[in-house]
Amino acid sequence: MDIPNEHLVDMYETMVRIRRFEERIREMYFADKLPAFDIAAGLIPGEMHLAAGQEPVAVGMRPHLKAGDAITATHRPHHIAIAQGVDLNKMAAEIFGRETGLGRGKGGHMHLFSVEPNFGCSGIIGEGMPVAVGAALAFRFKGTDNIALSYFGEGAANQGAFHESINLAALWKLPVVFVCEDNAYAISVPKAASTAIPDNSDRASAYGIPGVLVSENDPVAVYEVMGAAMDRARRGEGPSLIEIKTDRLWGHFEGDADAYRDDEFKDEMNQRDPLVVFGQRLADEGILSAEEQTAIQEVQYAIVEEALEFALASPYPEPEAALDHVFA
Amino acid sequence: MTTVETDRKLTMQKAIAEAVFQEMDVDPSVFVMGEDVGVYGGIFGSTEGLLDKFGPERIIDTPISETGFIGAAVGAAINGMRPIVELMFVDFFGVCMDQIYNNMAKIHYFSGGNIKVPVVLTTAVGGGYSDAGQHSQTLWGMFAHLPGMKVVAPSSAYDAKGLMIAAIRDDNPVVYMFHKGALGLGWMVNNPRATGPVPVEPYEVPIGEARIAREGSDVTVVTIGLSVHKALDAAETLDSQGVSVEVLDLRSLVPLDREAVVASVQKTHRLVVVDEDYQSFGMTGEIITTAVEGAFEYLDAPPVRVATPDIPIPYSHGLEKWALPSEERIVAAVSGLVSG
Repeated sequence: MDIPNEHLVDMYETMVRIRRFEERIREMYFADKLPAFDIAAGLIPGEMHLAAGQEPVAVGMRPHLKAGDAITATHRPHHIAIAQGVDLNKMAAEIFGRETGLGRGKGGHMHLFSVEPNFGCSGIIGEGMPVAVGAALAFRFKGTDNIALSYFGEGAANQGAFHESINLAALWKLPVVFVCEDNAYAISVPKAASTAIPDNSDRASAYGIPGVLVSENDPVAVYEVMGAAMDRARRGEGPSLIEIKTDRLWGHFEGDADAYRDDEFKDEMNQRDPLVVFGQRLADEGILSAEEQTAIQEVQYAIVEEALEFALASPYPEPEAALDHVFA
Repeated sequence: MTTVETDRKLTMQKAIAEAVFQEMDVDPSVFVMGEDVGVYGGIFGSTEGLLDKFGPERIIDTPISETGFIGAAVGAAINGMRPIVELMFVDFFGVCMDQIYNNMAKIHYFSGGNIKVPVVLTTAVGGGYSDAGQHSQTLWGMFAHLPGMKVVAPSSAYDAKGLMIAAIRDDNPVVYMFHKGALGLGWMVNNPRATGPVPVEPYEVPIGEARIAREGSDVTVVTIGLSVHKALDAAETLDSQGVSVEVLDLRSLVPLDREAVVASVQKTHRLVVVDEDYQSFGMTGEIITTAVEGAFEYLDAPPVRVATPDIPIPYSHGLEKWALPSEERIVAAVSGLVSG
């Protein structure tokens, strides 16, 4: 691996932090919803889309980011937000609906917005893609070398917003990297039943921009491909379209029976858990021993617990605060 | 009543373009994006002359790709720019409404006030020239119904300039709706009221303040957009018949100047609401509710509405003329109210 060790360690630490966050959110999500599942009940009400298994798509770009780079993500946003460095305490507080949250409890887990780092996400499929184009346009106006990353799922690649955004970014040669997180299923519909060609990265040719397929759910492969695309954008050479084959280890949302994926698929998927595979690789190559990985886990788990404690100790907004912030 | 001390008269279209010009001249974060805003100068002239001054970097012709470029305006706005983005006809909202009402209008709220979205979405509205059902709607009631956007619709050149400058300087998304029939375009029959005095220097008209376009004592007519002109024409006709009509030009639906509606109804005791938008679930119902809530005991008669019936805007001349609010319909409504 021709990657600085510090980047490998950083990616591993971030993967551990993401996975732990998702696991703990999952536990707390269900804690007071069972035995009779009530989606509106509990510490974390509403839909919850968790990204366990999709960590590589998030951490691979992380070492290439610069302050001020913009990211737009999806309804499944936690891994990207954590990898960009969004304040974990405020993010947890938002998920728990607290006054101290990123949006003071107005947005919830699908609507996380941060000024620094520059992050936003959306509950509407493909909605963030034109926003990334606009961020890149603003960077051009300001003369900075910042870039925008637009994350979306493979299901979004059949939305008009996908095609309109890539056309605009290519036409105007804007510094955007479009990143398709292909977890193979749009809720229950497999990609083959929704998309006319196997790889969305091939659609880049329709807009005259580079399209690259990352066929392994591997942070190192993502690191290399994203690094090249992000450098290219930063140099002013225009957008790229990257597609990464990844795995959603759990259901579309928590509470999803996940009956549309058979046991064989799920067994194979779990056997290639990217956190386990990457940890093993780092141990095999002498970069992080098992003991060092355990030490990393302790540190990262503590960060996650601190965020959850911050959230749980925070007050709820006053109900009438619902009226605030409609307008500036 | 606003009195303007200037001899210079402009059409509403030229007043809009002048406002954009003046703000772009002093604020480098302002830029314009939309279909045919460059060489053409905007299909309705709202960007006339801007390309020559500011160049294609700041006056950006877009592909026919409203989701893409309106969404890009949102992204640029949350990253420090103040885009003016044009939806050529409001009727085209159907291809891009997600970016408008789910994204542009909600990000400030979702962010708990941390992220501002200073977009001006300009769009042409209105019928009366046989452009049929996909190019003739006003639809302001629908935009006003959805929280998070200010909605303005000037009827005079003076207000058009002042409201545009206020919209550009506003930190919120503002949907700026100009009525084609009030612009003073050379290729459309115009009400002479489309041309009026406009000061040269920049000024703001505050968003959310209605304007008494004509003072009167017998009946209040509340309206917006081109219908203000029709109501003023009707008021002149009625004046010769001994009926004194007060015309209230709302100028914006969000924020809505409810106090002005209530105050006028308390004075005249009778209310007619004129709206070129569809009748049901819209502005007429909201204004009448405002009057009932705020001035119920003052009302001498049930309020009356003159609106477009709940039908697509028809094409053929006679059909469209029948459907849209007209001076004749306003006169009939007011006459019925004062004689009843």
